[in-house]
Amino acid sequence: MADTAGLRTGTLAALLRDICGPAHVITEPLELRTYECDGLTSHRAVPALAVLPSTAEEVAAVVRACADAGVPFVARGSGTGLSGGAVPHPSGVLIVLTRMRRVLEVDPVARRAVVEPGATNLSVTQAAAPFGLFYAPDPSSQVVCSVGGNVAENSGGAHCLKHGFTVTHVTGLEVVTPSGELTWLGDGTGAGAGYDLLGAFSGSEGTLGIVTKVIVKLTPAPEAVHLILAAYDSLEAGGRAVTDIIAAGIVPAAIEMMDALSIEAAEAAVHCGYPAGATAVLLVELDGPAAEVSAELALVREICERAGAREIRAADDPAERAGIWAGRKSAFAAVGRLSPAYIVQDGVVPRTALGDVLARIAKLSAESGIRVANVFHAGDGNLHPLVLYNDAVPGEAQRAEEVSGAILDACIEYGGSITGEHGVGVDKARYLPKMFTADDLDTMQLLRCAFDPASLCNPGKVFPTPRLCGEVPGHHRGGVQPAGAAGTASGAEIF
Amino acid sequence: MAAAVTAARPELMLALAEACSDLRGGDDDGRLLTAFPGSTQEAADLIRVAAGRGLAMVVRGGGARLAWGSRLSRCDLIIDTARMPAVLEHAAGDLVARVQAGARMGDVAAELAKAGQEIALDVPPDSTVGGVVASGLAGPRRLRYGTPRDLLIGITIVRADGVVAKSGGKVVKNVAGYDLGKLFTGSAGTLGLITEATFRLHPLPAARAWVTAQYPAVPAAADAVAAAANSPLTASAVELAWAEPARSGPILVGALLEGSADGVAARAARMAGLLGPATVAAASPDWWPGAPAAGPGQTLVRVSFWVSALGRVLDAIEAAARTAGVAPAVTGSAGAGVLYLRLGTDETGSAGFIAALREAVAGQRAAVTVLAAPARLRAALDACGGMSGPVPGLALMRSVKDRFDPRHLLAPGRFPETV
Repeated sequence: MADTAGLRTGTLAALLRDICGPAHVITEPLELRTYECDGLTSHRAVPALAVLPSTAEEVAAVVRACADAGVPFVARGSGTGLSGGAVPHPSGVLIVLTRMRRVLEVDPVARRAVVEPGATNLSVTQAAAPFGLFYAPDPSSQVVCSVGGNVAENSGGAHCLKHGFTVTHVTGLEVVTPSGELTWLGDGTGAGAGYDLLGAFSGSEGTLGIVTKVIVKLTPAPEAVHLILAAYDSLEAGGRAVTDIIAAGIVPAAIEMMDALSIEAAEAAVHCGYPAGATAVLLVELDGPAAEVSAELALVREICERAGAREIRAADDPAERAGIWAGRKSAFAAVGRLSPAYIVQDGVVPRTALGDVLARIAKLSAESGIRVANVFHAGDGNLHPLVLYNDAVPGEAQRAEEVSGAILDACIEYGGSITGEHGVGVDKARYLPKMFTADDLDTMQLLRCAFDPASLCNPGKVFPTPRLCGEVPGHHRGGVQPAGAAGTASGAEIF
Repeated sequence: MAAAVTAARPELMLALAEACSDLRGGDDDGRLLTAFPGSTQEAADLIRVAAGRGLAMVVRGGGARLAWGSRLSRCDLIIDTARMPAVLEHAAGDLVARVQAGARMGDVAAELAKAGQEIALDVPPDSTVGGVVASGLAGPRRLRYGTPRDLLIGITIVRADGVVAKSGGKVVKNVAGYDLGKLFTGSAGTLGLITEATFRLHPLPAARAWVTAQYPAVPAAADAVAAAANSPLTASAVELAWAEPARSGPILVGALLEGSADGVAARAARMAGLLGPATVAAASPDWWPGAPAAGPGQTLVRVSFWVSALGRVLDAIEAAARTAGVAPAVTGSAGAGVLYLRLGTDETGSAGFIAALREAVAGQRAAVTVLAAPARLRAALDACGGMSGPVPGLALMRSVKDRFDPRHLLAPGRFPETV
């Protein structure tokens, strides 16, 4: 079996060299290790080979070669994902899109840009900025993360509370299907005919095909941006302010909260100057037309005070705002100073259940002796508990894993989700059945089978158990089979 | 459409009646058999029995868009959602509501307004939740809030084989599993029956203002639309209305601003400056469109485009109208790149107009889709690209249909077989 696989890989490598040029096919084990994991380093696998195509046509040819050989393939952008979605298949091909990183077009009147999948998220905003526009989705890793990866994960960011997720801002995708055909999903206008396959593809974590071009919406840059920092003596008081802001009919661009432990870590790491001794820090960012922002600002200040803030600061100057944001944005890395190892969790609860779930987390922490730092997008109930442990202490990693899992259980119990923005990937596939029934998952897999009946495209991700797609039971169109279906039926038999 | 199920088949009627407590029609008068399931479970039982007998099923909500799209090739059973009309949950603090598919949007709006919230879609009050989702219907405020796909966060469906499935949930931020809600939005009842939908809500604005202006010619109107939509004044809608393109009549452009009383007043004044001589009003002008609508026998065409192509699209409409000798009425969300054209009863003229328009915008970033048309026009369109013209990803759409409804029992003929 191993010999057959090796032989197949050897033949495939020769084919891929013809397609992409010898310099862009990697077979050296040492070089391949560069790609053994993404941003979640606890899951690793070295691919059989890696290839770096430079055009959509090359990607299509590479995928066709893989499909013909029955070899699984995984797409990788910048490798910043936090659920192991880009972990290679050990006997498969890793398709690395970092050579396709151009912003091809900016149309300021249409508020659209056409970009390649390897372009960084921030580069889109940089290309749009001269026209007074920006690209709204802003994951914390936006300096390096790729737009193609954002599409695969349907990435959010601190400001998605008001501005929406990646899928809200994508109107066309050129993709290579798992059988190697190049096709568009959506026509870029945002009102195409037929099924919204673009919407279904977004967030499918690389399991339905590979993005080769993305048409994104650009948004007029807000006229005014104000950031308010409010410090509280308890998370409950901060939570009260959040509830009152929402109840007042205000939709801020972002509402973030940090607890004492994460404030302490951020302070030590970047000296962000947050109020000393605060148990909770609330950040509220307002953006929009100047007249609206100034009206909201007064109201938010008043609400924050009424909820018992011990200190309030407001900043509209970009440098000042960046200084305040630095504490929040450094929180994950900063926690590394408090603990040799930690798990970044990503769960969601209905916003109104935040207080209960935070109390549950505190209880879990106290009972297990495992410290948990809490950083969260309070506006949409997206929690990022950082579960701290020392891997040198026997059994502590296991206990941390248990606490982390119990936090997800709490999220599900309160009607939330096991992931708000990091994705399922390999990391959470086993939790998916806690949120969805077997029938739910089976129905989702119908979509997968329509795109990838041979299960070659990023296999083993998202779903805990693969679905055998099989033949479509006899249907009655009586004409020509759709090209995709015809190609895939024979593919299914190979594997 | 032949009604295959009648009282003449008592055994089948009995099996269906056992699955669904409210069954009407299917009698000797030729009325179509219609089932009114009262819950997701009852709908699942019904569909399982009906699918077992190979019945072709069509879902009906408010019925306003039942005749849109291509002609159905078969219909044995209508599934009406009228007995699923409830707002199941309104979590005001979370800005989320879960509603049954048969709920009327007007009733839902009244319920949500008690907490000062809304589903930000400008759809008719008598449309049902299921119908709005299944047709992807949206009105002027799509510019700011998007369409149903952007507001839907969870969905429950019954598959063609009677299996109940859900995706998403009741939190806005959620990337667990595939988003079947996106797939079902706009699927026109061809993939399954939608029984419940969960939406993200928005606070009702404290104040609104409409800023409107009139332009004598295309270039000035197109520039005004782009200026309004691209301005940081954050318009909720930028609409256009052109009553007589064939006669080069005047073009109306309007922007809707929503927010606080002071904020809206200040923004409206500045928007009026952008649009040239303009009128500011606290109520919508009489020409302000709602969601697109077409009655039986009427023709409704959607043109979607990049806003940078608006001028060329308007020129193409004017030229095609003259060539074909028709008088389309043009309205729509020009700032969001969507216009709707309503055509009269001259079917030959309409077919010529649509063909000429498609030819004129070919190669532009624009698409011409016929949403509703009488039978003779549909037949005439077969010669010039059909109802939809070229659809990207059509092969994949057909694969999806084959997986979800392998025997093509759900609205057969509607989509995507006949594109």
